[in-house]
Amino acid sequence: METPEQIKLRLETAVPGAKIEILPNDCPAGERSLLVDTAHVLAVAKFLRDDTQLRLDFCSNVTGVDWPEAEIAEKIKVKQVGDGVEKEVEELKKNVRPGFLEVVYHLYSMELKHGPVVLRQRTANRDAKAPVVSLTLVWRGCEFQEREVFDLFGIRLEGHPDLRRILMWDGFKGFPMRKDYVPPDDFEYEPTPHDKVLAEARKHYSPEVKT
Amino acid sequence: MNAVGERTSQNYEILPKTGETGEPIGEFLEVSMGPQHPSTHGVFRMDVVLDGEKVVKLKPVFGYLHRNHEKIAENISYLGSMPYTDRLDYFCSMTNNWAYALAVEKLAGLAVPERAEYIRVIMAELTRLQNHTCLIGFFVQDMGALGTPLMYAFREREKILDLFESVSGARMMCNYMRFGGVRCDVTPDWLVQAKQLVNDYGKFLDEYETLLTENEILLARSQGVGVLSRELAVNASITGPMLRASGVNYDLRKVDRYGIYNRFDFKVPLGEHGDTYDRYMVRILEMRESLKILQQALRDIPSGPVMDPKAKLRGLRPKAGEAYGRIEAPKGELGFYLISDGMANPYRYRVRPPSFINLTILEDMCLGHRIADTVVILGSVDIVLGEVDR
Amino acid sequence: MLGEQIIKGMAVTARNFFGSYVSKERLTTVQYPEERLTPKENTRQFPFLVYDGDDREKGLRCVACQICEKECPPQCIYIVKSKDKKPDYKGQPQLYPATFDIDISVCMSCQICVEVCPFDAIKMDTEFELSTGDRFGGLLLTKDKLAKPNEYYRRIHPTAAAAVDERLAGEKARAEAKAKAAAEAKTAAL
Ligand code: SF4
Ligand code: SF4
Repeated sequence: METPEQIKLRLETAVPGAKIEILPNDCPAGERSLLVDTAHVLAVAKFLRDDTQLRLDFCSNVTGVDWPEAEIAEKIKVKQVGDGVEKEVEELKKNVRPGFLEVVYHLYSMELKHGPVVLRQRTANRDAKAPVVSLTLVWRGCEFQEREVFDLFGIRLEGHPDLRRILMWDGFKGFPMRKDYVPPDDFEYEPTPHDKVLAEARKHYSPEVKT
Repeated sequence: MNAVGERTSQNYEILPKTGETGEPIGEFLEVSMGPQHPSTHGVFRMDVVLDGEKVVKLKPVFGYLHRNHEKIAENISYLGSMPYTDRLDYFCSMTNNWAYALAVEKLAGLAVPERAEYIRVIMAELTRLQNHTCLIGFFVQDMGALGTPLMYAFREREKILDLFESVSGARMMCNYMRFGGVRCDVTPDWLVQAKQLVNDYGKFLDEYETLLTENEILLARSQGVGVLSRELAVNASITGPMLRASGVNYDLRKVDRYGIYNRFDFKVPLGEHGDTYDRYMVRILEMRESLKILQQALRDIPSGPVMDPKAKLRGLRPKAGEAYGRIEAPKGELGFYLISDGMANPYRYRVRPPSFINLTILEDMCLGHRIADTVVILGSVDIVLGEVDR
Repeated sequence: MLGEQIIKGMAVTARNFFGSYVSKERLTTVQYPEERLTPKENTRQFPFLVYDGDDREKGLRCVACQICEKECPPQCIYIVKSKDKKPDYKGQPQLYPATFDIDISVCMSCQICVEVCPFDAIKMDTEFELSTGDRFGGLLLTKDKLAKPNEYYRRIHPTAAAAVDERLAGEKARAEAKAKAAAEAKTAAL
């Protein structure tokens, strides 16, 4: 199968204007992924599905990933001129990476029996309204999985025919798979050996008890 | 918060009361099938809109067993998730273990010794045998063959579960595989018992088939029911026996050749019509192929260690990166997608549940059939709610 | 002929039904609780703590290292370390658990605590008739309910127990030999 670089090259000619980035993967056996901008992802997906060399007709896995705002310490080499000699000094630079949500698609080909190609798209921020584009119209198999991504991560997938909660109930507030989700503390009050559970349950119920 | 589930208008758009030419088509009846319905294999609900007995709309509703397995796994160590994977598809804990172990091995770069690979294949194929046997029992039960075939299936399954129990300690929640091998070795005695079982199983399958395969009622109820076209099956990411019943030759044991599946000689049975009967038949044939694999594996199993010496039980911290490992579980492609950030717990842990995704086209298969057929079609999909809801 | 296969199927059912009176193969159920199946050797239900000798307090192998508490996936073990130390089987002073509780209404019998324990102190029991009328207290097993003698362990898991005993005896012998050598070296140096 073609390498991500080759796919990227062909994509850029086939879908003019598409911004495609190859993301590294440090895991030796893992696959590098293609990050596609949301404006062109539908065209890219259609190309990947219909291209005779790729024929990625099977979208195996769709999932979300939550990347909250994080500080990334980076070592950069800075040239310093001191005492007339140029020296390279390593400096620790801290960058703040803005938070975003990501949808990952694992694509395979049933016809040509190869894969995977990993496709990613990202939201601009972690707001529940920031959209990405649904690929259900390209691969029907995304339907339930994208609903799950919407349900658990709160990623809005534009163009999905039936976007509503799937695993949680309709009136549920919050997105459980996000990293900053606070789980409920209204446990059934029962003595467990774990003081933490007990304390949380007490904290939850005690205001009621007082009033 | 509404625990029962609020209805949104989007959920149920009003269906037209008149046909295309304007003639009245009578009242539609909306039935909520489930969640406590014997044919739903657990707590699963279908919102069915009926025109007489004909299904005009069907929306599956699930989540009753949702426990956010993925979130739990993201908060505990890699080892700690292993027993939880047993509970995904509680019929096939061995294959769940394997899929997860495979993903972690890929992520952490662990090797698996020969003997452990053989043991894994043996366990996985035994799992496939018992899953398909029971599934067929449930499937014909959904058609009205109450009890008898299912009980025969359970009788045979119990023998396989006994084998599982004597190596792993538990019948269903085996928690047997580890990253870089399996937890403990099998004894020579066990191998003899397994061989015995494999030799006898063919006879049982013959009997089972005499009972069912050409039974007129089964034929009448399943042939031409719930037809799934090849194109739709591929596009809707259907995997496993359901896909192959629609005639697509895609079996991960042949495509990915994970583990040591390239050493065995077996065929991939395919269906022609994609109806429920083909799904039944593909499963029967798959069991016969499994028996072939088992015979070869039990014959060739070498001696040696069963754990990679590099692998350690506690405190596994794979380097940052991501990996997607998938296997051919009895129900379809079971995948685990892991992202590590170098910590002792995975940053992202995702299960690709085959039966959840196979439900995508339930509506398409049921439209136009009678309501009694939806039960049969659902039975042929082979779902386990522990996996659908996670 | 229509119905032919149904009749054939009926014949299979009949064979199974009447066969169950004569053949053990076809009659696979037993009448629990009057009849019982012999449990498999590896069967696991819930964990228990092993103690050596006959004092369930002194002989406890657990050294309250809390590894199992940390690794237990559903977090159902609760340990409080002791303040003082007591000698273990090798004669070295070790901590012991002042409290050791397992909430078996939460425990999922996964055996991870057994695998991670470096001291062979916690093992899986085969006892399964644990029903109780007390939903909370009855299912919270405390240290004295958990502690069971090594003989019991030998009885329920003979093969595994033999391996453990051998290993511990080896370690003990080595520790004693080392202590002896150290003592001899000391006397020689004097
Ligand atoms: S049972 Fe074992 S692992 Fe647990 S605290 Fe005791 S010695 Fe440590
Ligand atoms: S068997 Fe599993 S769940 Fe039970 S105490 Fe041990 S580690 Fe915890």
